[in-house]
Amino acid sequence: MENQFISSDLVAAIIGGILIGASAIMMMIFNGRVVGISGIIFQLSRPRQKPSWQLTFIIGLLLSGFLYNQFTGESFPEAVGSWKLALIGGLLVGVGTRLGSGCTSGHGVCGISRFSPRSMVATVTFIAAGMITVSLFSVLTQ
Amino acid sequence: MNIVQQIVGLIAGLIFGVGLSFAGMTDPEVLRAFLNPLGDWNDSLMFVMGSAIAVTAPAYYFIFKREKPIFSDSFQISELKQIDKKLIFGGVLFGVGWGVYGLCPGPAIVQLLSFQMEIIIFVLAMILGMIITEKVSA
Repeated sequence: MENQFISSDLVAAIIGGILIGASAIMMMIFNGRVVGISGIIFQLSRPRQKPSWQLTFIIGLLLSGFLYNQFTGESFPEAVGSWKLALIGGLLVGVGTRLGSGCTSGHGVCGISRFSPRSMVATVTFIAAGMITVSLFSVLTQ
Repeated sequence: MNIVQQIVGLIAGLIFGVGLSFAGMTDPEVLRAFLNPLGDWNDSLMFVMGSAIAVTAPAYYFIFKREKPIFSDSFQISELKQIDKKLIFGGVLFGVGWGVYGLCPGPAIVQLLSFQMEIIIFVLAMILGMIITEKVSA
């Protein structure tokens, strides 16, 4: 697999993406819903939750990393950055995904797949904002 | 109907998370490197999103020709059309947050069972941010 044109990273990225697509497809054909992870987390953060597909989805997502590690012998990637950055980053992601009605999955995969102009604009916006942020960080910490 | 939907949810969650892990998209360093085109750019996420869309878009096209989903009465798709300040502002804040720590919501949840303090703080802060936003804008 490893040659100068096709790296195994690229193959892994494409297979991973196809699995994510498969998840989005089954959610739509069976349940009629988009897979928007920020939206699902928000639904579950509301009080008095009854069991729902949102709950089982998050359970599946939680277990997936653990099971994946069991089968492949890999371990969880290491957390990087301080707890302060985690706190600030988490808050911004929470506020931003609520105001903007979605994240990488809901807008970036499902929204673009149904050719929603809102999702296309949102995706370009958050990727651009993220790129500017990381670039500024790199300049400032050099 | 509800229990079948829950089974679909569980399997879809597992597949989604395995896809993220397989593609290396649970690593904050990889996710952050995607946002660093002027530095040590890791373009994997582009191919993850690209291949996900390449299978989902044509499948959606055929699914939406159906009258309704298999286990539910109707498709529930956002009917918002307006590209407004709220959408842009939210996108900017989300992008900055992703840049600051290197996690978006999906990878954060997959990483939660690693029980690393920073990840737990990120997820709790994210939920808090969602609840505050809802309270303020209600």
